[in-house]
Amino acid sequence: MAEHVATGSRSGLRSALPLLLPAYLWLTVAIFLPLSAMVFFSSMTELPLSGKAWSFTLENYATFFSERLYLTLLLASLRLGLEVTLWCVVIGFPAAYVLAKVLKGRSREAIFLLVILPFWSNGLVRIFSWAMVLREGGILDTALNAVLPFKINIDVMYSYPAVVIGLVHSYVPYMVLTCYLTLQAIDDSLIEAGRSLGASRLQMLRRVIIPLSMPGLVAGAALIFVPVVGSFMEPRILGGRTGTFYGTVIEDQFVAVFNWPLGAALSFILLAVVLVILALTSPVLRRAA
Amino acid sequence: MATTRILEWLGRLYIWLLLAFLYLPIVIMALMSFNVSPFYQLPFEWTTEWYASLWQNDQLISATSNSIEIAVITTILCTALGTAASLAFYRYEFRGKKFLQALLFPPIAIPWLITGTAMLIFFFGVGIGRGLFAILLGHVALALPYVIVVVSARLQTFAPELEEAARSLGANQWQVTRRVTLPWIMPGVIAGGLFAFAVSFDQFVVSYFLSTPGQTTLPVEIYAAIRKGFTPEINAVSTIIIVVSMALMLLTARFFKFGGEK
Repeated sequence: MAEHVATGSRSGLRSALPLLLPAYLWLTVAIFLPLSAMVFFSSMTELPLSGKAWSFTLENYATFFSERLYLTLLLASLRLGLEVTLWCVVIGFPAAYVLAKVLKGRSREAIFLLVILPFWSNGLVRIFSWAMVLREGGILDTALNAVLPFKINIDVMYSYPAVVIGLVHSYVPYMVLTCYLTLQAIDDSLIEAGRSLGASRLQMLRRVIIPLSMPGLVAGAALIFVPVVGSFMEPRILGGRTGTFYGTVIEDQFVAVFNWPLGAALSFILLAVVLVILALTSPVLRRAA
Repeated sequence: MATTRILEWLGRLYIWLLLAFLYLPIVIMALMSFNVSPFYQLPFEWTTEWYASLWQNDQLISATSNSIEIAVITTILCTALGTAASLAFYRYEFRGKKFLQALLFPPIAIPWLITGTAMLIFFFGVGIGRGLFAILLGHVALALPYVIVVVSARLQTFAPELEEAARSLGANQWQVTRRVTLPWIMPGVIAGGLFAFAVSFDQFVVSYFLSTPGQTTLPVEIYAAIRKGFTPEINAVSTIIIVVSMALMLLTARFFKFGGEK
């Protein structure tokens, strides 16, 4: 019997292969080989193509651990990731709850679409739009001064909060989306049962709704945290001189300083951090699937 | 009951506040593209001069046509390769299938900064170098997993008996695929294709690392312009982009229900 299954699966692969091969060849050439090449290059002294002599070295990794700057920046990026993720939970979860449990029918569908629509529009343009709002003499500045009786100067642009605002704006739809999916799956009768047994709203939230929507929260957090740690365009535009993070240093190695081996090493360290985070969150996600 | 009413009302208000947070900056940016002052000064005075001056900007026009060209080719390649792979996953059982499916996640989950720099190093190392071809290689790889996921989701609703029936009536594999399976999954294929177009057209990070001064895409050109200083022309071109990509997504939503609504 087992043998029969085995032969069956082998012939399955033979039929499947022609259909799969083009897609996976492409992914290999453009994703998997490059990622492997990055590990290789990160342990070189020079680029082989530069014509200079090169040899293998661990120096690029040593640089990361010996110079405090890189570690500090990585920690700053991790902190930024945590902060942005936290704000996305605080802002996104209630919105997902209202969408899943309060709104009904067509209005729910329409508003849901409106919330996730920006998420597929151009991220660069959305960050730029915040520059319009936050800069001195911008809309926020003008509007507040028109309303308030005293004169204030909004100077949020080119600061840490500006970077956080821009990133939260970019990523909060992810959180709404993932939380909405898990909240929608919670049976309304479960909530009614709890209520009729005398649980208060707060108890329901803490004991039933939040535990059941954990997979959505974790998925959203992973989807937000990972790209934020690797962000460089957002801090550059909204952070100005205060916007130096781990991602911007990697960018510099490739487009300004041209120390590609060091850039590759820094990228690879980031990849390792990302993989650890994804591995830590995957049990929660698998339980949900 | 009264508390429930109030809470529901607060909930609705909250959603509208969130929508304001999401859309106000975009609306303001768009309004500024119609304002006379080059320094975004109020009061607002209507003009379309910034849009007119876009037509004089050859660099921007060539970057735009590059972007569209790459997005169209990416769409065609991704729908073809992605649909084929989805059909293979749907039809056949084989060892390593789970592994191959899991391999679709790295391109989605790994930050584009890492993928982009890795591609730059590798393409440079093997002699492909930078430029439009390298950008196309990268875009197809980034969009492919999305297409496979979307088309596979649509295939879940397809009854395998239909293929069986067609086969027992004497149709060969190609006829079955073309006449029975493809028409059914067409909405998924179209949605996947639109996704691919959006991923490519909006892609900045990977294009940024793979572009050269002459061979670049629109988002890369905009980033360079933003770093030089803000001008209403950037607002104008940004407004066009945002309208195009939102229209695309609305179109996609017609073919593919997000969030598994019944």
